[in-house]
Amino acid sequence: MEFRPILNALMRNKTGLLLIALQVAITLAIVCNSVFIILQRIEKVNRPSGMDEQSLFTVTSLGFAPDYDLRGSIRQDLDTLRTMPGVIDATTINSVPLSNGGWSEGLSILPESVPEEQHTYVPSSLYMVDEHGVNTLGVKIVAGRNFTASDVTARTKDDKGSPNVAIVTQALADAMFPDGKALGKQIYSGISGKDAPVTVVGIVERLQAPWVGWDKVEHSMLIPQFQDGEFDGGSARYLIRTEPGRRDEVMKQAEARLGAINTGRIVRGLHSIEEVRGDSYRQDRAMTIVLTTVILSLLAVTGLGIVGMVSFWVTRRVKQIGTRRALGARRFDIRRYFMIENVIVVGIGIAIGLLLTYGFNLWLMKHYELPRLSWYYAPLGALTVLLLGQIAVFGPATRASRVSPAVATRTV
Amino acid sequence: MFSYYLRLAAISLKRNRILTALMVAAIALGIGMSMTSMTVLHMMSSNPLSHKDELVRRVQLDNWDANRPWDEDNPTEPPDIMTYQDTNNLVNAHKAEYESASFSNVLPLEPEKREVKPYMVEALFATSGFFPIFEPPFKYGSGWSPAEDRSAARVAVIDSETNDKLFGGENSVGRKVHLGGEDYTIVGVLEKWNPTPRVYHVGNGAFNDPQSVFVPFSIGIEKQLNSNSNNSCFKNSEPGYAGLLASDCVWLDLWVQVKDAADAQRYAAFLNDYVNEQKKSGRFPRPLNNRLRTVSEFLEAERVVSRDVRTQVWLAFAFFAVCLINTVGLLLAKFMGKAPEIGLRRAVGASKPAVFAQYLTESGLVGLAGGLFGLVLTGLGLLALRKLYAGTSIERLAELDWSMVFASLAIALIASLIAGLYPTWRACQVQPATQLKTQ
Repeated sequence: MEFRPILNALMRNKTGLLLIALQVAITLAIVCNSVFIILQRIEKVNRPSGMDEQSLFTVTSLGFAPDYDLRGSIRQDLDTLRTMPGVIDATTINSVPLSNGGWSEGLSILPESVPEEQHTYVPSSLYMVDEHGVNTLGVKIVAGRNFTASDVTARTKDDKGSPNVAIVTQALADAMFPDGKALGKQIYSGISGKDAPVTVVGIVERLQAPWVGWDKVEHSMLIPQFQDGEFDGGSARYLIRTEPGRRDEVMKQAEARLGAINTGRIVRGLHSIEEVRGDSYRQDRAMTIVLTTVILSLLAVTGLGIVGMVSFWVTRRVKQIGTRRALGARRFDIRRYFMIENVIVVGIGIAIGLLLTYGFNLWLMKHYELPRLSWYYAPLGALTVLLLGQIAVFGPATRASRVSPAVATRTV
Repeated sequence: MFSYYLRLAAISLKRNRILTALMVAAIALGIGMSMTSMTVLHMMSSNPLSHKDELVRRVQLDNWDANRPWDEDNPTEPPDIMTYQDTNNLVNAHKAEYESASFSNVLPLEPEKREVKPYMVEALFATSGFFPIFEPPFKYGSGWSPAEDRSAARVAVIDSETNDKLFGGENSVGRKVHLGGEDYTIVGVLEKWNPTPRVYHVGNGAFNDPQSVFVPFSIGIEKQLNSNSNNSCFKNSEPGYAGLLASDCVWLDLWVQVKDAADAQRYAAFLNDYVNEQKKSGRFPRPLNNRLRTVSEFLEAERVVSRDVRTQVWLAFAFFAVCLINTVGLLLAKFMGKAPEIGLRRAVGASKPAVFAQYLTESGLVGLAGGLFGLVLTGLGLLALRKLYAGTSIERLAELDWSMVFASLAIALIASLIAGLYPTWRACQVQPATQLKTQ
């Protein structure tokens, strides 16, 4: 191998070498960390919410008429919605999963009368639904039972009428009762009133909290309760599950029907859960697209930069190449020379780039709470830029190999 | 002389079009990428109250749990919103020039015109100090008085959009608007107002639009309304709305305006006295930890600038660095390729500074062209960002402004000159004798 001579020749052009190596180094660092961020975002977006998302939509009703009867209106709306063709089920709900707005409580396994220091509060989101809630959401009960009509209470402004049963997610059950025996246990929270516990009657496999960026996103608790309209004026929110494929058609009809049966209120906030999901993850989606653009442009710039530099080197060495060809070097040898040269230059870049990659990652960990880069990113990234270098150099190297041996005999 | 250099540079750049295109493209991409992200960052970090940043202060008191800090990740931070009782006490004490206490909630609005259907508006329930502190521009009328605050007078300030919708844009001061089942007298109509960020309430989206209707704070309390933004409690309160008001739950924004720095110190001392007084009745179990932040300090503490945008800016500048290194390499290649020409020019009498000036002109020209194309790319980039972030706060921020246009061109020019320095210097080192010999 002509490794030594190539290296010697390179050392005579230190600046060019350094410039390409530096480009490769920064490219490697950016590509590795960006791909890492992208994959994390994709993972976040793809987490299942636990619901039958494709068939769900939500709508809000807000009464303004002075004689507006919230309770009666909710009953009438639910009856109307449930009997509409194409609807599987409907429930009232205080907030919609994936919507980034909701209710959270610190839950404890001890009553409030126990001194503060002995409590360990487990935070959880709270969904207030009726006995149709589980079926409407499309969540799967893995243990225990669903709510019955007699479980459902209506909360008044002075906190009377608290529920006494609850359904929790598997994740919340595991966090509160690590021994795995959550069913039948009692939980204390602000919602059930002082020292009045709720009993866990059911466990669902999965249901996300409304805040998609929350680290405890699978901590959710369902309680059988009519949403309290008196606090927020006469508002009620409904979640409706339709037969597969009929959502959009049902949405239009539902809005019209609700508007028609009661004119003393405003029907608004008609959104499919698909839209809600899109809104919640829009920033993550945008970030992945922006970073992908950065990566692709960067690879293009670095690649073209290598093409430009090597083309120049080839032009300067035309006489040398001609001489080597005249002395018996094959075209293949000439091309190999430039390819190997590129491996050395890019290799130096990768060595610097690995340091930069981990440095950048450490910085991101410190300032942006990103986890540590998995070990395989750096080698895969290095392989990518190595390949990029080889592809970039192929054209100029081929051109070099076509230099005629006769050049050696000519003086410029 | 300069125009001669320009002509020479143009000829030289035309001679090797591909190399020139590569250099211009690299700078344009670098500029486009970094300016796109910088524009968003620039808008995010702006401060609509910068002209009186020192005078407008956010009040924060640490009334939180003895055992748990407000923010577990940042244990020294007091809550960023306030309880009703403290807000009420501080507003009533009136030790600052103005006090603005506020929260928002939605109200149904029933227009007089039958053809406009009733709809929901987001209303800000604020004390009269809101208007002098945040200075929304009035088209007609003005805010209300502290006396109207106290009497919970049914008065309202509406924004220009609502005024257009309800009254066709006429001066509606003195007319009525029907909100939540009651008549309110309009006392003021705002011009278009969009403070970026929405300083007075950054809690749920610092770049959201301001509310469209403003009514006295005391009405919200009388109507027993909560905030539709954040409400946080660390222990269970007594039942009902009275319980909420008497509790340590935080949900209100409180800002004050002071006269000068000394006045701010006096106000801070007053807050300390207030909290110490409250401690006697068993509240405020944590150590004394109040904040009286300026607007800019508060925006910083609230991390109004999105982390994604910051990351994008860093990446974009690293990208720009790669583009510049690329340009250095290509310029070096180009200038070294001209060694014979330089040698000849030097031999016939061109001085080193003259050669230097000429080649620097050439790099500058590349930079300027790159900057112009970069500006086009920035425009496209912002367009793409608006599409990508449609419906989020960033959509509104992705607008090119003149300061960014000039910044792009200046940065492109300066960067290309810096990138050109080393290659140009190398070009000047060419020995005329050696070059001429090989010819």
